[in-house]
Amino acid sequence: MVIDWFTVIAQAINFLILIWLMKRFLYKPVLAAIDAREKKIADELADAAAKMTEAKADRDAFQRKNDEFDKQRSDLWARAVGEAKVERQRLIDEARKEADSLKVKRQELLLDDTRSIMQSISRLTQQTVFDTTRKILTDLAGTSLEAGISEVFAQKLRAISSPDKEVFAAALMTATEPALVCSAVELPEEHRRAIGKALNETFSIDAHLRFETAPDLIGGIELSVNGQNLSWTVSDYLLSMNTEVAELIKKRFASLPFSSTPASTDRTDVESSQ
Amino acid sequence: MRLSPDELIFWQHGFFKINATLVYTWALMCLLVLGATLITSRLSNGTRSSRWHGLLEIVVTSIEEQIKAVGLNQPQKYLPFLGTLFLFLAMASICTIIPGYEPPTGSLSTTTALALSVFMAVPFFGIEEQGLGSYLKSYMQPAVIMLPFNIIGEFSRTLALAIRLFGNMMSGALIVGILLTITPFIFPVVMTLLGLLTGLVQAYIFFILAGVYIAAATRVHKPRHK
Repeated sequence: MVIDWFTVIAQAINFLILIWLMKRFLYKPVLAAIDAREKKIADELADAAAKMTEAKADRDAFQRKNDEFDKQRSDLWARAVGEAKVERQRLIDEARKEADSLKVKRQELLLDDTRSIMQSISRLTQQTVFDTTRKILTDLAGTSLEAGISEVFAQKLRAISSPDKEVFAAALMTATEPALVCSAVELPEEHRRAIGKALNETFSIDAHLRFETAPDLIGGIELSVNGQNLSWTVSDYLLSMNTEVAELIKKRFASLPFSSTPASTDRTDVESSQ
Repeated sequence: MRLSPDELIFWQHGFFKINATLVYTWALMCLLVLGATLITSRLSNGTRSSRWHGLLEIVVTSIEEQIKAVGLNQPQKYLPFLGTLFLFLAMASICTIIPGYEPPTGSLSTTTALALSVFMAVPFFGIEEQGLGSYLKSYMQPAVIMLPFNIIGEFSRTLALAIRLFGNMMSGALIVGILLTITPFIFPVVMTLLGLLTGLVQAYIFFILAGVYIAAATRVHKPRHK
């Protein structure tokens, strides 16, 4: 068992050569590959972390936008609700105004109808009263109604007092046309003379008269000259009846559900002229 | 009966000769280098790699970890020397399963050469790390009187390295050789397996002891009074 020193030297050299070869062909490539892989993994991890950070930022941005969108939606909703309320109120007010307008129009129409009815009633009543009176007078006193009316009108002329008398006299004096005497029926000649006589005596003039018939007067005579009127009709006697009829209609209006008290029932006594 | 492959000489010219130790060593060197070249030539930087590459990486990183475990903080610096030492010894033991093969580590000349390599590497790394003065001072630690004992210890541990490895490897090969003549069938296989285990353990011991010696030599001695 001896040591072969040549073999020792050769083995030492072999070992040194092996060290160099292993370093060249094993350790360096393997360690380089490990380092490269670790670097790649580290890079990928860093990249993943960066992407995660970016994704988190994107998510936060999205969340923030979503919140803003929700807030805007809430604001828009609240604004729309407010505008709808205002619009609803406006439409209600408009409808109410329109309803009020229609109601006023309806009331006006009703008033017109009432007025028309009142006029018809008044005219019919006057005509009836006039006819009845004429018949009664003919049967009882043997005189006509026109004669009575003419006489009454003559008496009214004679009984006229100041200041109406002066005003009417002035009108007669300044008149360029004959004074107009209107009656419901044509007056007989004697009645025309009686009226002319009464006029001349009252105002101390020689007045020229022109006689015409006006069916609307029904029972009465009207003297017109130069814008001044003097009349007597049976409608004066029917004034109270007109008032009562107007009151009755007023009560009936008040009982209707859609109407209030007529604004001016006083306007129904339109025929209460002098 | 041959105790050492040194005795099988293929060619000789005076002092120079080619014996079985050298031939088996060259064969092992070729095997190691060719294997490493074949595997590393197909290395890839991707996350996927071959199984052999993975095995090679495991071996290399394990050696690195062991070097670090013995106290060497820069394992890549000592990896070529210590790693090659371990791989050569381990491969020499593993190849004993090949019939007719004789491990070169069964030669006292080989183990002496490796022990001398460690003997030379220890001051080389020590001086490189600490500087010449500081390294030489370490022989006089803890007192000057310890200088001869430290020098003797340096030589004796080198001798122990060589003899220990040689004894284990030679005995394993010798036992298998003797058993082959007595019970040529099953028993030598078992003893071969045992020898394989013993050889790997010895390779690890040689590698660790070399690492420990280098670590001791490269450790910087700090003054106690500071």
